Amino acid sequence: MKREHEIEKQYSLFVNRKGRFIWIAGVVALILAVTGLALGPSSISFRDLLALFSDSRDALHHGIIFQIRLPRVLAGILSGMALSVSGVVMQSVLRNPLGSPFTLGISNAAAFGAAFAIIIFGAGSMYSSSSDAVMIANPYVVTASAFVWSLGACFLILLVAKRRGATPENMILTGIIASSLFTALTTGLQYVADDVELATIVFWTFGDLSKGGWNELLLQVVIVVPVMVYFYRNRWNYNALDAGDETARSLGVNIGRLRLTGMVVASLATAAVVSFYGIIAFVGLVVPHMVRRITGGDERFLIPGAALAGAAFMTGCDIVARTLLSPVVLPVGILTSLIGAPLFVLLLIKGKGGSQWR
Amino acid sequence: MISLTSVHFAYNGLKVINDVSHVFEKGSFTAILGPNGSGKTTLIRLMNGLLKPQSGLVEVMGRRAGDYGARELAQQMAYVPQSQYNLFPATVFDTVLLGRNPYVSWSPGRDDRRITSEILVRLGLDDIALKDINKLSGGQRQRVFIARALAQQPALMLLDEPTASLDLKHQHETLHLLRELSAGGMTVIVSIHDLNLALKYCTSFMILDGGRLVAEGGREIFKEKLIEDVYKVRVKIITEEEQIFILPVEPV
Repeated sequence: MKREHEIEKQYSLFVNRKGRFIWIAGVVALILAVTGLALGPSSISFRDLLALFSDSRDALHHGIIFQIRLPRVLAGILSGMALSVSGVVMQSVLRNPLGSPFTLGISNAAAFGAAFAIIIFGAGSMYSSSSDAVMIANPYVVTASAFVWSLGACFLILLVAKRRGATPENMILTGIIASSLFTALTTGLQYVADDVELATIVFWTFGDLSKGGWNELLLQVVIVVPVMVYFYRNRWNYNALDAGDETARSLGVNIGRLRLTGMVVASLATAAVVSFYGIIAFVGLVVPHMVRRITGGDERFLIPGAALAGAAFMTGCDIVARTLLSPVVLPVGILTSLIGAPLFVLLLIKGKGGSQWR
Repeated sequence: MISLTSVHFAYNGLKVINDVSHVFEKGSFTAILGPNGSGKTTLIRLMNGLLKPQSGLVEVMGRRAGDYGARELAQQMAYVPQSQYNLFPATVFDTVLLGRNPYVSWSPGRDDRRITSEILVRLGLDDIALKDINKLSGGQRQRVFIARALAQQPALMLLDEPTASLDLKHQHETLHLLRELSAGGMTVIVSIHDLNLALKYCTSFMILDGGRLVAEGGREIFKEKLIEDVYKVRVKIITEEEQIFILPVEPV
């Protein structure tokens, strides 16, 4: 039995290293979150941050933190988690390393939903303030419409899966169809839109964490937290799925149900981000692959690791977005693509002959 | 153990399995033989529940295969597909640990890791336990997949062409291992092309032709005429030191 114990010990050391990464990612996310609270057009020292929880708090700082920065940082954490883990799950259930929340056309559907509300429901009247800020007159209608149309993309997937089976090929093809369809519809709406409506649609598509407040955050918590629990619960089943459909089935996994539920739940989590904050690209693609470099393909570590790394990535990008051209605050969606795209290229180049995925 | 009663299956109206009945006894090592397209793989898939018969009955341990839940069936029966690859890198230990899936609720525990370690040592895979499965040779990979099937602690093991991509040494090693498992009481069923390998290691045989079962039983079923009719190749059957060899002569 000595040899068996030795192997178990070696394996424990091996997986403990992956466990350590999760802790590190968590600590980095926490540090970035606190930094995110402190940094911005108006810098607040860490001492002043601590003072907010005492009697000697500064009313202005209190307002900045609790009305602007804290909801924004929390939105970044939740959105990063939702998009990254959705990416991990979609790559697994689609058996495609390019799977991401955008593969299924969810973001395009949300963008169409926003355009639809702006033009059809007249939620697009905007005004230019003294600082030339663009405002959407009725953000709740826009968000609700974006969310409903995101779910519409989910139902399209469900429909195809029900008629033709939830195979990776069917899912990817449905995603391409949904993307093209909603892009065409959005373009059609933009064509008939007036200048103000057109500008509002474009403004909405910028992924920006400042669009939400506490109410949006609460709704996001209600969706994203159960989604995370569901994915964490199924992480071992996703490992089986990575080994192939026939193998997973013979290991007792109901692959059709797992694939379909995974897609719908991941789409829901994505919809909960893009409907509130607009299109935030690359997070769902680049973070899973970054984390996979460290944890390997084991979903037991990949899912919590990607959740925390995604939170850190999004929070970090938002800090850069707020400080790069301060006092101008850039939409975080620009930063995630600007940072994510070269990172992804780096991951591809550094790949050992493509052996990281097949 | 596992029985087939008048099983029929067709793909798009094309009959692939036609009225096949057979009983696989506990501890038997059965080879399913037949030329390409004879229905070997389909029959294996009907037995492991990947396909459902259009008529007839597949029973596992006296119960209809369709009445088992996926996890419940996986505790009784393990399956090693012909070809498989991991989408993302996975270690040998993790691959074998995956075999514990039918017993795992949230995540594998201490017992699952212990069983995995024991199987790795038993199959001589302990030295490569932390290697990436995608970087192993074909023979090693096949051994790992059999180890994963063993981790399911099944009463039955089905393997689809387990020697298809292996060299001579690994072909013999794999079948030798399967014979040992069968001798230990496990029912092992393989679909295989090489008649001589099957004759050397298996204890019972089914020969399919065009989806029909044309012969079943022990080594005595192998006749030159039967092989010629099924494979369309003239053969000579030679017996040496109680071992039967089939020597192909020429296509008919």
